[in-house]
Amino acid sequence: MATVHLGATLCRTYCGDIRVVEVKALTIGRMIKELDALFPGLGNQIEESMAVAVDGEIFQDTLIDPIGPDSEVHLIPKIAGG
Amino acid sequence: MNDISLKDALKVVGTRPVRPDGVDKVMGRAQFGGDAVMPGMIFGSTVRSPHAHARIIKIDTSAAEAMKGVRAVVTAADLPNITSEEAFVGEGPMNFRDLSCNLMARDKVLYDGHVVAAVAATSTSIARAAAEAIKVEYEVLPHVINEMEAMQPGAPVLHDDIFTSGVDPKPTTPSNVVKRMEFAKGDLEAGFAAADKIVERTYTTAPVHQAYIEPHACVAAFNPDGQCQVICSSQGHFMVRAYCAKLLGIDISEIRVTPAEIGGGFGGKTLVYLEPLALALSRKAGRPVRMVMTREEVFRGSGPTSGGTINVKVGAKMDGTITAAHAEVILQAGAYPGSPIGPALMTCWAMYDIENASAVGFDVVSNRPKVAAYRAPGAPISTYATESAVDELSRAIGMDPIELRLKNAAKDGTKALYGPTFQNIGYVETLEAAKNHPNLQAKLGPNQGRGVAAGFWFNIGGESSASLAVNEDGTIALVSGSPDIGGSRASMAMMAAEVLGVNVERVRPIIGDTASVGFTFVTGGSRVTFATGTAVCDASDDIVKQLRGRAAKLWEIDVEAVEWRDGSAYPAGDNAGKFEPLSLADIAVKSGRTGGPIAAKATVNAQGAGPGWGVHVVDVEVDKETGHVKILRYTAAQDVGRAIHPSYVEGQVQGGAVQGIGWALNEEYIYDKDGRLDNGGFLDYRVPVASDLPKIDVALVEVPNPRHPFGAKGVGEVPIVPPMAAIANAIFDATGVRMTSLPMSPPKVRAALDAAGK
Amino acid sequence: MSKTHVTCTVNGEETEFLCDSNQTVLDVLREDLGLTGSKEGCGSGDCGACSVLVDGRLVCSCLMFGSEAEGTSITTIEGIADGENLHPVQSQFLKHAALQCGFCTPGLIVATKALLDANPSPTDEEARYWLAGNLCRCTGYDKIMNAVHAAAAELRGESA
Repeated sequence: MATVHLGATLCRTYCGDIRVVEVKALTIGRMIKELDALFPGLGNQIEESMAVAVDGEIFQDTLIDPIGPDSEVHLIPKIAGG
Repeated sequence: MNDISLKDALKVVGTRPVRPDGVDKVMGRAQFGGDAVMPGMIFGSTVRSPHAHARIIKIDTSAAEAMKGVRAVVTAADLPNITSEEAFVGEGPMNFRDLSCNLMARDKVLYDGHVVAAVAATSTSIARAAAEAIKVEYEVLPHVINEMEAMQPGAPVLHDDIFTSGVDPKPTTPSNVVKRMEFAKGDLEAGFAAADKIVERTYTTAPVHQAYIEPHACVAAFNPDGQCQVICSSQGHFMVRAYCAKLLGIDISEIRVTPAEIGGGFGGKTLVYLEPLALALSRKAGRPVRMVMTREEVFRGSGPTSGGTINVKVGAKMDGTITAAHAEVILQAGAYPGSPIGPALMTCWAMYDIENASAVGFDVVSNRPKVAAYRAPGAPISTYATESAVDELSRAIGMDPIELRLKNAAKDGTKALYGPTFQNIGYVETLEAAKNHPNLQAKLGPNQGRGVAAGFWFNIGGESSASLAVNEDGTIALVSGSPDIGGSRASMAMMAAEVLGVNVERVRPIIGDTASVGFTFVTGGSRVTFATGTAVCDASDDIVKQLRGRAAKLWEIDVEAVEWRDGSAYPAGDNAGKFEPLSLADIAVKSGRTGGPIAAKATVNAQGAGPGWGVHVVDVEVDKETGHVKILRYTAAQDVGRAIHPSYVEGQVQGGAVQGIGWALNEEYIYDKDGRLDNGGFLDYRVPVASDLPKIDVALVEVPNPRHPFGAKGVGEVPIVPPMAAIANAIFDATGVRMTSLPMSPPKVRAALDAAGK
Repeated sequence: MSKTHVTCTVNGEETEFLCDSNQTVLDVLREDLGLTGSKEGCGSGDCGACSVLVDGRLVCSCLMFGSEAEGTSITTIEGIADGENLHPVQSQFLKHAALQCGFCTPGLIVATKALLDANPSPTDEEARYWLAGNLCRCTGYDKIMNAVHAAAAELRGESA
């Protein structure tokens, strides 16, 4: 099970007081589906405006990249630049 | 080839060849946006609001339309009335309705310089005269410029549909506060309780403009059959295509955008301002339309970055351990939501391994141009405050500022405030490089001081496309989708040459238009060398595979028995048979007879961009009589992963540092009491000139990024993050006065010295 | 609006043009003579991207009316090289990577040529003050100064 840390600002909107959940997923796309089942609307929010940090590496706009069975995942705002 | 540790084996990467587009640029032949011509083209101009906040009552275009030479006038009524829709197309989340209204005001104008109408005529002077003949009737509304005033109850409200998000309960009345955001870890209260010294202070920064020297420019044709052509200067022609399609309600396939050379952008050319207007005018006029902004329009109408207010509190033990850190950041978004508040919060403590930390931020609209990205958006603003406070802390506990940073430095395994755990980072190496630079041995005289500050930027990857074709003489045509803003064609050609084993002069790199190469995200986020470079290497690998296959056919052996080195095919060993090596040119000339042309394309969505770290050390001299701050020496150390073309990597660092020097000392938007911009020109908006500056010394640190074929990390954004705090810290070192407001211009420094009785 | 007939020399060639009274030399060069190497960054003489030489003097072509060009000799960026042989200022700008976007480059090269024509051995301070009227937002000027000094040495006949 991957451990997913829900960003503090996100928690307020979709997840109540829950800060961390365990999710069974081996890809980012599957993880997003699982999270959306737990917190309706969160999946769309992630796809639209969030990046996913898997074991420290940041992934954006991708559903296919892998998540390890014991990965630590953080949801953070999507990053652009100048 | 892909073992990034083998730096010594590299033949092209790390050298300094002349850039392939160089001769055109030193001879005045390069075509920028305003140089492009279409047959029969006419010229566009805009009508802009003179008010900071007003309701549009009526627009009378009749006099303008009656003028000789005028071919078309458009207002918001000629554009689709787009409903609210969030998307992430250019840089950062964007609401298409906001973008449409920013392009051309609908109902209300929200800042001085907001476009209300556009006109096309047979000459620029007629177009400008016609623009003046368009009569707009306004109901002037109260306005607000400053972010703190905009947050107050009773402040003029810009949008009646903004209800602050991220707060509980969600407000029921609209305000200018778009959202609240927060990152936190550990126990802040306990952390501060454990501190021996605590520093707490408020800082402010002024909005500043990217101030690229080339004003926005395009030429566009809307044909009667619906097909559109645009030639323009931008940081992403696919971005221009997407926005034009959306804002005009036409299919993407109808629009072909050709990138002109781009005369600087720094984030400011990741939005559209002119292209959809030029297309709308062209549709009405039946002629191609060229539009070029004046410098004043660039300042008044295109996006600067936010100004902000930052409250910082940070504490440490006497041994230097930082026990707790907190920052509250309030940023102006300009007229529509979307300040870089997220990255401002995520970057401001990223240099430190702190157990207890938090960052809280607010995105606030006010009557200024909508902000656009500017180099490491958000980070320079928040980091000016946090790195100033850490300097004050190091003095409070009597510790050298670099030693304090080394003691608390983020390293592999450090968990960032915003969540992820860092890996393959070179921050400690960068601090050491700064510490060991010979400039730090220079002795300081009276009224001189030395300041240190660090900075962080994520860097990104994303979608990129590239294709290579082997020409029949063995030279290479390389096409990528990334506009070249600072020499990236050189690094693309060098990476291809390295993989193929040929001289870089044999690779000719160009940037394809939107119909000639696959989708490529904007040139921004320091992503091109990393992401587009990966696509170029992937396509080059494919070419090598094909070349080996052709040699195998010519030799009538198995492809596995052919190896590629130094630009030629060799039998892999004695068992493969005895054959004279075949060069790329040998194989190319026979390619038709061995299966047809040799070409490859690659597309990537690159992930895992390595973050960048910079440490700047600056020596200043303060003229106590005038308050003028002179930069004596400047040293910038940065982890760049791997410098593909070191000269252009150094150039990115030097250019970013100097923009930071301008931000620190001179640059600001100044408004009059009616909310009109007072300094919309280069005489009064003063960017650094050659005589303001010393040499900018660069120390490149190379801690390779395993996600890139040669280890490259983004480099363009980090160098603008540390300068403001470094200079403020140097001014303190010289005078004992802490400058807490940007810019640290002569009157403000003089006033601060006065207030301190110095 | 009646146009003014002007005869002058542009990059060594006798040139005639007709211009409106409000057209600048920069407008004429770019719109009427097809010489788009000179750039408009501000239109107010503050950025130097439109620098040309008029009778050997460094001028912002956005500040001079076309009608004032009568009888003058104008050199633009297109006239700096000797045919296909780059001027040492141009080749040293390339060698030293003294450009990024390249938009300010034509003006800087013209201004540097004017500097070295007037002062073959400028100090760093002299060069920086001479070029203070040419804004570059990309490079931080560091590599530009390296190129200027290398070009000066080359023009003096010293080996680089």
